[in-house]
Amino acid sequence: MPGIETYEYDVLVVGAGGAGLRAAIEASNAGVKVGVVCKSLLGKAHTVMAEGGMAAAMANVDERDNWRVHFADTMRGGQYLNNWRMAELHAKEAPSRVKEMEAWGALFDRTPDGRILQRNFGGHRYPRLAHVGDRTGLELIRTLQDHGIHLGMDVHMEHTVVELLMDGERVAGAFAYDRELGRFKAFRAKAVVLATGGIGRSFRVTSNSWEYTGDGHSLAYRAGAVLKDMEFVQFHPTGMVWPHSVAGILVTEGVRGEGGILKNAEGRRFMFDDIPDLYKHQTADNADEGWRYVRGDRQARRPPELLTRDHVARCINREIKAGRGSEHGGVYLDIAWIKEKLPNAEEHIKRKLPSMYHQFEKLAGIDITKEPMEVGPTTHYVMGGVEVDGDSQMSSVPGLFAAGECASGLHGANRLGGNSLSDLLVFGKRAGEHAAAFAREHGAVSLDADAVARVERMTLEPLERNGKGENPYAIQHELQEMMQSHVGIVRHHGEMEDALEGIAHLRERAIHAAPPGNREYNPGWHTALDLRNLLTISEAITRSALSREESRGAHAREDFPEKSAELGKINTAIRRGPDGEMLLEKHAVKPIREDLQAIIDEQQQA
Amino acid sequence: MPDATFRIWRGDASGGALQEYPTFYENGMVVLDVIHKIQAEQAQDLACRWNCKAGKCGSCSAEINGKPKLMCMTRMSDLDVSQPVTVQPMQTFPLLRDLVTNVEWNYRVKQEIKKLEPRKPDAPDGTWRMQQADVERAQEFRKCIECYLCQDVCHVLREHHKHNEFAGPRFLIHIAQLEMNPLDVADRVPDLKDRHGLGYCNITKCCTKVCPEEITITDNAIIPLKERVVDRFYDPLKKLFGG
Ligand SMILES: Cc1cc2nc3c(=O)[nH]c(=O)nc-3n(C[C@H](O)[C@H](O)[C@H](O)COP(=O)(O)OP(=O)(O)OC[C@H]3O[C@@H](n4cnc5c(N)ncnc54)[C@H](O)[C@@H]3O)c2cc1C
Ligand code: SF4
Ligand code: SF4
Ligand code: FES
Repeated sequence: MPGIETYEYDVLVVGAGGAGLRAAIEASNAGVKVGVVCKSLLGKAHTVMAEGGMAAAMANVDERDNWRVHFADTMRGGQYLNNWRMAELHAKEAPSRVKEMEAWGALFDRTPDGRILQRNFGGHRYPRLAHVGDRTGLELIRTLQDHGIHLGMDVHMEHTVVELLMDGERVAGAFAYDRELGRFKAFRAKAVVLATGGIGRSFRVTSNSWEYTGDGHSLAYRAGAVLKDMEFVQFHPTGMVWPHSVAGILVTEGVRGEGGILKNAEGRRFMFDDIPDLYKHQTADNADEGWRYVRGDRQARRPPELLTRDHVARCINREIKAGRGSEHGGVYLDIAWIKEKLPNAEEHIKRKLPSMYHQFEKLAGIDITKEPMEVGPTTHYVMGGVEVDGDSQMSSVPGLFAAGECASGLHGANRLGGNSLSDLLVFGKRAGEHAAAFAREHGAVSLDADAVARVERMTLEPLERNGKGENPYAIQHELQEMMQSHVGIVRHHGEMEDALEGIAHLRERAIHAAPPGNREYNPGWHTALDLRNLLTISEAITRSALSREESRGAHAREDFPEKSAELGKINTAIRRGPDGEMLLEKHAVKPIREDLQAIIDEQQQA
Repeated sequence: MPDATFRIWRGDASGGALQEYPTFYENGMVVLDVIHKIQAEQAQDLACRWNCKAGKCGSCSAEINGKPKLMCMTRMSDLDVSQPVTVQPMQTFPLLRDLVTNVEWNYRVKQEIKKLEPRKPDAPDGTWRMQQADVERAQEFRKCIECYLCQDVCHVLREHHKHNEFAGPRFLIHIAQLEMNPLDVADRVPDLKDRHGLGYCNITKCCTKVCPEEITITDNAIIPLKERVVDRFYDPLKKLFGG
């Protein structure tokens, strides 16, 4: 293949966030040859931004916690659409995954007796999130990075995988281009692990970075894998709303975990107004009880601000729409009020939420120890993704694995905060282990030179238009604007039909995207290439959302505001048809194992 | 919308120049927002790095009006816009294009540092006990977002180009956090002196001044490390008794 450098690996990991690095570590430990490809520099993946913590039932703070409670919490949060096997493995294995991080250099905050401290988070029954202030993601990614670089894996930084390469039905590697010089590389690999993260860039207001263009989702889709539960996009209740230019940047749930309360413009603590039945018996009905819970009183029930994200986001949305919003179109999140309760409140806030303090001071000129923040929902996380086997993380394409945010299953219709970082470690490890085993057990693959040449041509096309055509940034902005307004927090049949038309129209225009410049470090070219993936996942989200005619978890329909018992047994599945058209199927949720159902029933009583 | 003129370095290793871009901005915008606006409207191929837009990833380092800063944490309201705003790449690393430099050297330096070697677990379940007060010292250094702004200003690297002999402040605090990790039993003191070039640092504190994470690099990390080296290699009593 002229002009294309070729590399050979047993396991190729696409993505160097928590999931990718954990997979690469495991595969390296298994003694196979590992290559890692990532779009940014090592250590800059999305995982670095995670704030609040990672969930693991270690029972360091409340000895009543155990994997069964964590399992039941996760299933309830996901409205029982979760892959229960993954929820089981996750709850069982997360404690070991968190603990081994210490041996690799992580330094979590401590309990008085010197163990890993755990904090409260929405939907978790007991304090369960291991954390380091509000920079847990940084701790996680740095620990994995610093451990991983000594294990002999090759890392190709600032490389973007454009397409997966196939050998018949089986995955055979990937085609990538390096941003620095715009050169092409072909990776031949016996197994490929996708760990590319999420899709937030298809919406205008998002906590996600430029990397989140749904690459892994689209790569897997084009390779023949199934995308499941794509209608479930998590809108985090608290993103910044002001200044406009920073709208969407996350305000960690940790603020509410430490006692922050939500108020509307009338000063009313509106979260008390609507507490779902499923959670009533576990939720405080007065401010005092909520505060006692935050301070660790075991008899107290949790404040309503710590209900699941889907619910809190919708309540905030309701207040804003009803005209009770804050000055800049959000609601107020107040942590400063705790000075009524704590003598050293200012110190406490700065110690527990240092990066929030910093973020508001720097970006909004607001001192959160004195004034309330303005917040509103922001596109945050996608529960949907590549359908995988719960034990091995392999997709329906032989040799193609997926882990972390780009995989589906663990979170069902709604993810609990803190369950992502633990997801990355538990299933990153599993993916790495099984990918290495797959590579060992299966023979060599060969690359199809014609296919490589086709991808090469396609990749170069935007540049060959020499700037004569559409501005790729403009197309991206229009798509984001449309997804935000038509397929956002509360959805409606008509708007989503319009969105599908809009997507088809933008796809026509994307064919003419023509960034100026040459191959070297050209973000315009990159943006033009991203459009294909963005359009694919936007269509997948919209089609899935249209087909789910009910409101459940993160998916809310104005025209179908109730839950449907029948759809509660269905997962939405998207697949590529023989002629490249997008097919939607409804798959029955696999009947849950009896012992696991018993746990759910038993926990509901508790 | 107020207007401003940006002078942005455009070019690659073979040469380049500052180019002027007249533009508007909204109140509340940071420099990175304006760069993105210029990119979307006037210079689609303008190269810059960013990820989080919230000061958490350390990607968007640049020199703004000559000062090393994160573009995403520098508000327009903090700049004097009656003058053009100059944005240039970091000067200590080889230029790739426009605002993007080749920082690979940093990754190689880190690889040469001995990794954590934990003591035997304290509890039968394989875990350790550590007090908050004991982890806090190292936690300060673990806040580092690897923006390399401290490397950019350190004169040992910037002016004297001692990249082969000196690890630079970023990696001295990396070593400090390993050394101060309560679990660690490895010895990095000889390497500090010989391999990582601790002696080159003459405590100018320029690194501490630019650190966006406000890590007290010099006082809390470098000086204690220097003391360890002195205690080991230059302590007169030890020398006398061959200790
Ligand atoms: C602000 C914020 C705060 C959060 N806080 C928490 C929290 O407190 N607790 C929690 O549990 N979760 C939290 N989350 C969610 C969690 O951080 C993410 O879901 C998780 O980090 C995703 O990890 P990942 O390994 O799947 O992907 P990422 O960390 O995003 O890594 C993706 C990797 O794939 C690479 N990649 C993507 N496409 C390509 C391609 N085409 N070619 C090559 N490489 C590619 C990227 O470069 C990157 O290296 C938070 C998220 C955000 C945005
Ligand atoms: S204090 Fe030392 S490391 Fe820091 S800038 Fe000065 S010479 Fe460099
Ligand atoms: S020590 Fe500070 S300035 Fe240096 S790389 Fe880390 S965060 Fe940046
Ligand atoms: S973009 Fe992450 S620090 Fe600026």
